Amino acid sequence: MPGPYSDKVMDHFMNPRNMGEIEDADGVGEVGNPSCGDVMKLYLKIQDDKIVDVKFKTFGCGAAIASSSMTTELIKGKTIDEALKLSNQAVAEALGGLPPAKEHCSVLAEDALKAAIEDYRKKKG
Amino acid sequence: MKRIYFDHASTTPVDSRVLDAMLPYFTDYFGNPSSILIEEGGIPHKAVEDAREKIARLVGAQMNEIILTSSATESNNLAIKGLALANKDKGKHILFSDIEHFSIMNQADFMRNLGFEIDFIRVDNYGVIDMDDLVKKVRKDTVLVSVMHANLEIGTIEPIKEVASFLKGRDIVFHSDGAGTCGRIPVDVKDLGVDSMTISPHQFYGPKGVAALYLKNGVRLSSIMQGGLQEMGYRAGTENVPGIVGFGEAARFAMEEMDERVHRLATLGKRLWDGLESTIDYLHFTGHPKKRLPGHVSFWIEFVEGESLLLWLNLNGIASASGSACASNMMAVDETGLKASHVLTAVGVPPEICHGSITFSLGKDNTPEEVEHLLYVIPGIVKRLRDMSPLYASFKQREDRHN
Repeated sequence: MPGPYSDKVMDHFMNPRNMGEIEDADGVGEVGNPSCGDVMKLYLKIQDDKIVDVKFKTFGCGAAIASSSMTTELIKGKTIDEALKLSNQAVAEALGGLPPAKEHCSVLAEDALKAAIEDYRKKKG
Repeated sequence: MKRIYFDHASTTPVDSRVLDAMLPYFTDYFGNPSSILIEEGGIPHKAVEDAREKIARLVGAQMNEIILTSSATESNNLAIKGLALANKDKGKHILFSDIEHFSIMNQADFMRNLGFEIDFIRVDNYGVIDMDDLVKKVRKDTVLVSVMHANLEIGTIEPIKEVASFLKGRDIVFHSDGAGTCGRIPVDVKDLGVDSMTISPHQFYGPKGVAALYLKNGVRLSSIMQGGLQEMGYRAGTENVPGIVGFGEAARFAMEEMDERVHRLATLGKRLWDGLESTIDYLHFTGHPKKRLPGHVSFWIEFVEGESLLLWLNLNGIASASGSACASNMMAVDETGLKASHVLTAVGVPPEICHGSITFSLGKDNTPEEVEHLLYVIPGIVKRLRDMSPLYASFKQREDRHN
C-alpha cells in the first residue's frame, strides 16, 4: 500500500517488538512531546552494565510507535555505553527513514532511552 | 476486501452518471466556449450555461449570480480579496470566524499587507459562532464578514441566517463558505441572506478542479485574476468545460435526490453515533450534537492517538480522517507542520488531544453493513492502542486505587 511510511515503519507499527512493562525495572524513562502529545515510556533491566531486557509503552502516532519498537531492538543485549551512542538518526535509518515532519519521533525515542539510563544510574547511586 | 470509504468530507467519488455526461466534452465537444460563432464553440458554450442554470437552481440563485472557478479555495480567495478590495472605500476591517477553512484563514496575512485589519469571531464548545462576540467585534469600518456554513472537521452547521440578519442594514458584505453544505443539505442563498457563497462539487459526487462563487446581484466584487472576459469579467481563463458540465449534473442529481440522501445519511449517522457511544468508553464527540451535517460523526477518544487509530482503521479497509495535523501534514519540512487543528483548538479541545480526533463522514453509497463493520472492528483497535499507552496504564492504576 503506498503511503508516507516505509514498510519497516509499518511493520514495527503493526507488530511492535518488546511492547509492555517490566515490573522490577532497573531504569525507567518517560518523555513527552508537548507539540504533538506523544508520550514514550521505556523500561530497562540491567545486569553487569548490560541491557538484558527492555520494554516500551507509547502513546503516539505510527512513527512514534515504530521508533520506540526499533529502539528496543537496537539496544537489547548492548552495554550501557553502547546504548548511549545510539542516535535518533540511527533509529530513523534502521526504520528505512521517516517523513520529515516525523523525525522528532526518533528524537523522542533517543530521549526516552537516555532518561531510562539516567534513572538507572541515579538509582544505582 | 472492498474498501469502506467514510471520508466524504475530504472528497467524494464522481458519480458514474456525472462522468458519462462529462466525457464527450473532452473529445467530441472540445471547443472553446468563447469561440461562440463557430459550431465547435457554440456547443460547449451552451453546455456551460446549462450547467450554470443547474448550479444556480441548487442554491436558489439566478444564473447570472454564479461565477465559475477552479476550486473552493479559489472561490474563497475571490470572495475575500474581491469583496474587500471592491469595498475598501467604505472601510478596512474584516471579520473571520475562528473555524474558517485554511483557504480563508491563510489570507489574513496577505490582507493585512494590503492594509486591512482582521479580527476573529469566537465559537462556543460546539463550534457554533458566538453572536455576542460578533456584535462586540463589528466596527464602524467593518466591510466584510466571513462565516462558513458548516465545518467539515466537526460537522457543525452555523446559524448563517442569524448572522445575515444582524449584518443586514449595517452595510457589511457577508461571505459564507458553503463547501460543506451546498449539494449536501438544502441550501437557499436568498433565504440565508448571504452576499456570496462558495460551492464545491467534489463534495457532492462532482469532479475536482471546478467550483463556483455565488455573488448576489448588486454586490460589488473586484476581479483578482486578470485576462479575458469570461465569467462576466470576474474570473478570466478558459472554462474547464468537462468539469463544469459534471458540476451541473452533480448539482441536478443532488437536488433530485436530496431528501433521500439526507434521510439515509441521518439514519446511518445516528446508528454510528449511538454505536460508538455505547461501545467505546471515554469517547468525546466534537461539534454540535443536533445542528450538524447528516452522516458526519467526529470525536476523540482518551488514551488513543488519532493517527494510530486512523492507520489501523485503514489497515482494516476503512478510510477515515484525523483532525490530527500529525496525519495530514506529515510531509511538511519539519514538525512545525504539526500544529494542532485550529478548529479543534477553537472549540476548546486541548492541543495535545487535538491529535486524537477522528472524523467519519458518510456518503450516499454507504450501507448499514459498512457501519456495523466499523462498529465491530473499532473496539479491538482502541483496546490494542490503549494497552500500548503509558497514559492509560497510569490512569487505570489511579482508577483502581480510587475504587
